[in-house]
Amino acid sequence: MKKSSKRIPVGQWLGYAALLILAIISIGPLWIAVKTALSGPTAWLTSAGSLVPHETTLFNFQRVLGFVDSSDPRITQTGMAKINFFRALLNSVIFTVLAVAPQIFFSATAAYAFARLKFPGRDLLFFLFIAATMIPGAVLFIPNFILIKDLGWLNTFQGMAAPYALMTPFAVFYLRQVFLATPKDVEEAARIDGASYFSIFFKMILPMHSGALATLAILVTVGTWNEFFWPFLIGREENVRVIAVAINAFRTQQQAGSPDWTGLMACTVLGMIPMIALLVFFGRKVVESFQFSGGK
Amino acid sequence: MPPPASLSPSSTTASGLRPARRRSGLLRSQAFCGVVFIAPALIGFTFFYLLPTIRAFYIGLTNWSLLRAPKWVGFDNYVRLFNDEKFWKAIWVTFLYVLYNIPIQTVLGLLIAVLLKQLTGSVLVRSVMLTPFLISNVIAAMIWFYMFDPVLGFVNVMLKAIGLGAHPFFSDPNLALPTIAFINIWRHMGYTALLFYTGLQSIPEHLYEAARIEGSSEWRTFRSITLPLLRPVLVFVLVTSVIGSFQIFDTIAVTTQGGPGTSTRTILWYIYQEGFVSMRMGYASAMSTVLFLGLVLVTLVQMRVLRSGESDLS
Repeated sequence: MKKSSKRIPVGQWLGYAALLILAIISIGPLWIAVKTALSGPTAWLTSAGSLVPHETTLFNFQRVLGFVDSSDPRITQTGMAKINFFRALLNSVIFTVLAVAPQIFFSATAAYAFARLKFPGRDLLFFLFIAATMIPGAVLFIPNFILIKDLGWLNTFQGMAAPYALMTPFAVFYLRQVFLATPKDVEEAARIDGASYFSIFFKMILPMHSGALATLAILVTVGTWNEFFWPFLIGREENVRVIAVAINAFRTQQQAGSPDWTGLMACTVLGMIPMIALLVFFGRKVVESFQFSGGK
Repeated sequence: MPPPASLSPSSTTASGLRPARRRSGLLRSQAFCGVVFIAPALIGFTFFYLLPTIRAFYIGLTNWSLLRAPKWVGFDNYVRLFNDEKFWKAIWVTFLYVLYNIPIQTVLGLLIAVLLKQLTGSVLVRSVMLTPFLISNVIAAMIWFYMFDPVLGFVNVMLKAIGLGAHPFFSDPNLALPTIAFINIWRHMGYTALLFYTGLQSIPEHLYEAARIEGSSEWRTFRSITLPLLRPVLVFVLVTSVIGSFQIFDTIAVTTQGGPGTSTRTILWYIYQEGFVSMRMGYASAMSTVLFLGLVLVTLVQMRVLRSGESDLS
């Protein structure tokens, strides 16, 4: 669309209004979750349509994190179950770190080999890696589940992280593009000076591409933190289950008709805080990472 | 497997120069280093992508409850699948979901992208639009499950307040699937918009100037310049979101679990039920293989229809 000098102000105002409405639709529901989580567990029932918390309290956060004794009258009165969401948050951190950190490192070494080193079978192998991006998770989950089960890794962090830890086709492909796009004269000069490929990789490639590595880390971390299906198959026990699996479990435990909404909303708010914090602290970097995740 | 690296003559650099100092021949060899650098990823690829793809097809040719050894049945599962009404119903439900989801999500994404380009490039506004995408499917589903609660949900309280009355969005067979599609649209529209916004930024400004000089209307400019030049992004968005939509699972697990009745029993939910609840791994694998082939077909059709290979800049 052109930037017209004779743009009608009415159209412009309509545009701003549309953008404002879409922005409210995007984040309004999140506020409703926050205000519910901040409301008193029973006082809230009479103010479901309110836009602000009713009898503001951190009680719901405290109880889902396990900081309130289960004999506390406020819990026994309302008959609400004790939830250990603190454990789920910790599990999510462990799962995400185990799946993301080695994935980025080993995808970087592979991408460097694909971009810069000649070895037998390289091009065929790269073709296979690319083809793997087309295989839907729906095909892989049954054989991968059986493999993890046969290894005895059900309900372990290594079982949950294993398929992500050594590579993902996306990470390899993304970093190979980045490495190919930089001129290789500096590396060649270093080679002539006698530097090994290992020292070139660690002392030149990794520092030189820290921006692209950060972008990839953001994309992969958000994806892993939000992952549900695979952790749901592998890690359902309380000592390993991540927030998405825990929230799903709490929700299905509720009696029909009277869900513990304030507790559930406290969990959802706690679960989204890390990603929102990422956006608040690294706004531009996060936005641009996602903006260019389409390949350009 | 590559030959032993020490036999490989490739220890010269790409420029043809020999390294100045030669300490260890092996560590200098490109082929050896290449193999070392690729080894961890290759192990991951082999065990979690290559072999499982082959194994999925093999499991589909057996009956297997995981308790006993798999029993070879040939193509029986595929014959059964062909006659399984539930399978076809699940395909139909999934197809309907994609049909609700994709056009609205794509059009809204385009609209937001154009508004962003025309009115503001502010990082704050883009951050706000991206926020739902940073939240997991499960949390998004949980929040909307609450918003749509018949008694206490904010949406229904508001509907009652303006006299429209509450709707049981998730327990009405006609509303459940569109409601799940709505949650997905809500989560993805901002992200889609950002992808389109990047595409819009890459369209040369002089094309718009030329259109302006020729007195082209905004709509005509949009149709004949913006849309065609946006095609690479459009192909990416459509192909990835269609593949993703066919595998909808998380939202359904949290909200309707396939119900009411079979109105939201999509294909992946059905595969999951057959495999992990009824313990029919063979039948579930056969269905996932068919889903895979179906997705390949849908992707090829999309690429063909959208003529993804051609350029418009000429």
